[in-house]
Amino acid sequence: MAKSGTFSNLHDWLISEDFTSARQARLHTVYLGWLSLVANPLAFAGFAVVLLLVIVAAFAPMIAIHDPFAQDFAMALQAPSAAHWFGTDEFGRDVFSRLIYGARTTLYITILVTVIVAPIGFVIGATAGYLGGWVDVVLMRITDIFLSFPSLVLALAFSAALGPGIENAVIAIALTVWPPIARLARAETLTFRNADFVIAAELQGAGTGRILLRHIVPLCAPSIIVRLTLNMSSIILTAAGLGFLGLGAQPPMAEWGAMAASGRQYLLDAWWLTTVPGIAILTVSLAFNLLGDGLRDIMDPRNG
Amino acid sequence: MSMIKAHHLAASYGHGDTALKVVKDVSFEVQKGETFGLVGESGCGKSTILGALAGRNKQWTGSIEIDGETIGQKRTRAQLAKQQLVFQDPFGSIHPRHTIGRTLLEPLEIHGKDRRQERIEKVLTDVGLPLNFRYRYPHQLSGGQRQRVAIARALILEPKILLLDEPTSALDVSIQAEILNLLKDLRQREQLTYILVSHDLAVVAHLCDRVAMMQSGGFVEIATRQQLLENTVEHAYTRILMDGSRGYVSERRNNKGEALPV
Ligand SMILES: Nc1ncnc2c1ncn2[C@@H]1O[C@H](COP(=O)(O)OP(=O)(O)O)[C@@H](O)[C@H]1O
Ligand SMILES: [Mg+2]
Repeated sequence: MAKSGTFSNLHDWLISEDFTSARQARLHTVYLGWLSLVANPLAFAGFAVVLLLVIVAAFAPMIAIHDPFAQDFAMALQAPSAAHWFGTDEFGRDVFSRLIYGARTTLYITILVTVIVAPIGFVIGATAGYLGGWVDVVLMRITDIFLSFPSLVLALAFSAALGPGIENAVIAIALTVWPPIARLARAETLTFRNADFVIAAELQGAGTGRILLRHIVPLCAPSIIVRLTLNMSSIILTAAGLGFLGLGAQPPMAEWGAMAASGRQYLLDAWWLTTVPGIAILTVSLAFNLLGDGLRDIMDPRNG
Repeated sequence: MSMIKAHHLAASYGHGDTALKVVKDVSFEVQKGETFGLVGESGCGKSTILGALAGRNKQWTGSIEIDGETIGQKRTRAQLAKQQLVFQDPFGSIHPRHTIGRTLLEPLEIHGKDRRQERIEKVLTDVGLPLNFRYRYPHQLSGGQRQRVAIARALILEPKILLLDEPTSALDVSIQAEILNLLKDLRQREQLTYILVSHDLAVVAHLCDRVAMMQSGGFVEIATRQQLLENTVEHAYTRILMDGSRGYVSERRNNKGEALPV
């Protein structure tokens, strides 16, 4: 009883608009976002899966029951059983453990790509939109060049040129992901470029850097975050595709795309080798898409 | 002592063949503590004059002198802080994702001012807003409250001049008077000089000492408040403007059969 009392007090404090501190105002915004996420079952399911992915990746050594790299040819291509929940692969490695460690690879790629792409895309797009003129023309033509290739082909070309390996795959994917982000940032910036509140900041002496970081970022961030979340699935699929073609993660590293690729020789005898990582890729991509759709409803400035 | 001197001020938009001269050769002086009105039909160049004075429009010729200092095309921070613009639309002039406190903190950071929280509290009190409003977002405020925030933001750099671009025309009638009275108080308390743009002659007569009547980018007449009140303006166009706003009032009265506020 006392406990539910504190919770409802906390709820009242968070929901109240009579803020008494900046921290309360910030928590209020976060809490409202949380409430609308919980109210949207699909988005919440996506969030739960993504959270699960993070937990699994963080605690992989504790969750995996076998060493994902230990080979045992006597145990090769075993069907799923109590000892090996998802069976074993052609080297006798436990598929479940490799799947768990593969979550790390997937998360590593998506986070790294996002961290590279978000600032680059924003800075290029927002600078082009805010400054206009020849800066805009030059930056947008460069963006167009990258946009004019199909992204998988571009990623293939880059990772072939850079050589196989997960870091190179990350760079190759990042090179294909930033241009749409830059376009989006430019379009958003253009809508605010001549807003009175931006003019007011200029008339108070704010420089270009301050306007972009303090005034444009908070307005562009929601749509960029949504776009990046929706892009996660294509990043995962491209990474898996590169792994499948032997250009991404190299053996013996556990990577879902590479796992599916090596399993396809045994598709008829050992269906679990391709099916299990395939389902993992599907689930995680779908989760990111659902979460992105939900975030769009929650964070879009036009909704509130 | 004159706070603002504009001589042969002209302003344009666009470049080359598409260049459009919007303000054509206006000259005026505004004394310290005076309120100077700009009246004229929409599109005649009132906001453009304010923009040139504020540093928003860079394409102007002629000379501008503010507080005894001749202004060039590029301004220093100190020169920008001398005058601040208050916009017509309080819904578009405050950053929607900044709390009010953040909005008021920005100019202090830009100008490297000290005692920041103290200054924010003082300016909120000055414009008649509760102190805890600093934690709110603009969407939690009414139009009148937002316009008070916009005035507070303009005042926080301790300017000598406020350039008011139709500051009440986007507000409810009941709120308009509050904001006008606030502006009147502030002018006295902070010894401010105003240039007030309005299409409402009642507002102008309430606040302004002198009024420039504008037509297609030029002044047709500069009238004193006395002349407005006694209806002894000289120029025919001024008379049309005055009759225009009177006709508008009586028309509204006729339609509904009862007196409506302007
Ligand atoms: N940014 C701009 N670019 C081009 N023309 C403009 C711009 N702003 C205003 N104008 C034009 O300049 C004229 C004067 O505008 P403005 O000063 O805003 O008039 P007012 O404030 O008196 O209604 C109008 O004809 C308008 O179309
Ligand atoms: Mg105007």
